[in-house]
Amino acid sequence: MTESTGGIDFEDEDASGVIKKFMFVNRKAPYGTIYALESLEVVLISAAFDQDVSLAFLDDGVYQIVKGQHTKAIAMKNFSPTYRALEGYDIEKLYVEKESLDQRGLTEDDLLVDVQVMSSAEMAKMMSEQDVVISF
Amino acid sequence: MLHIINKSPFENHTLDSCLRVALNEPGAALLLTEDAVYAASKGNVIESKIVDALGKVKVYALWPDIEARGMQDRVIEGIKMVDYGGFVDLVAEHSNCQSWL
Amino acid sequence: MKFAIMVNEGVYQHQSTDTAYQFVKAAFEKGHEVPRVFFYHDGVYNANSLTEPPQDDRNIVTRWAKLAQEHNIDMVVCVAAALRRGIKEENLAEGFRISGLGQLVEAGIQADRLVVFGD
Repeated sequence: MTESTGGIDFEDEDASGVIKKFMFVNRKAPYGTIYALESLEVVLISAAFDQDVSLAFLDDGVYQIVKGQHTKAIAMKNFSPTYRALEGYDIEKLYVEKESLDQRGLTEDDLLVDVQVMSSAEMAKMMSEQDVVISF
Repeated sequence: MLHIINKSPFENHTLDSCLRVALNEPGAALLLTEDAVYAASKGNVIESKIVDALGKVKVYALWPDIEARGMQDRVIEGIKMVDYGGFVDLVAEHSNCQSWL
Repeated sequence: MKFAIMVNEGVYQHQSTDTAYQFVKAAFEKGHEVPRVFFYHDGVYNANSLTEPPQDDRNIVTRWAKLAQEHNIDMVVCVAAALRRGIKEENLAEGFRISGLGQLVEAGIQADRLVVFGD
């Protein structure tokens, strides 16, 4: 993910002390399109701004964090281990909608990182409490 | 919270996903834009979903997109029409917004 | 009110960049401010100076530049996304600048609302 920091000017980091609730909403599967990978790049940058960051996984977005991804044969970078590294960036709020898992025949055990599984209703509440929702 | 949708409900599940989440929140509003305005038209298999949503949250549609697609005489009663200025007002009136891309 | 805008799709293929433009225009007409528009994913193609639509069509690239000039909008193209897609200083359209993703997060912190336009 080294290119993710390319060009960032850390002097631009907001020094006003404002802490907002940022939620990154992931609803797309990895590899088929680039949204998941580039979303992760934004998430990693956001860690430098000391904001209250969370990630939500709904719909095909849950496939981003499913175990057992091997991308060698498609010659693309397997970025799924990065989700496990988020903890090191103090990004620990990973929310997964239960209904999306159920629809896809997945359970929490199929995921490669510790998450909080919640209902659509709980997800709605969590989303509505955010200051900034960035969706991909 | 304002929920913005821009996908046709006939080729994409985004409307269903949005409704599954948004209908839990009494203060939610739905804005149908671009190809999602087809969901604002009556006499189709989607209509009952929108009528159900109208009983729970406010539903808006972007009139320029309705007109562009020739749907102006088919709009489901109860859906409020907004222009781009109205879109801006909706974003300003709600504490935050989520685009269901 | 201050709006930050994120544009995630390119030109012509999707309507989302048109909707974003109409939204920003309407926001100014309503007396709001839009200090920054951030272009990400294929949205970086909005800044491609080599874009040449047919004469009878809207020019999405120069239309953004004109609006930015009139209202002093900071139009930022993500460097990582731009390099991936061949948008560089040599083909960067007038009115845009290339910078890092931090500009998006900063815009989210400073604005009252952030609206994402994509597909």
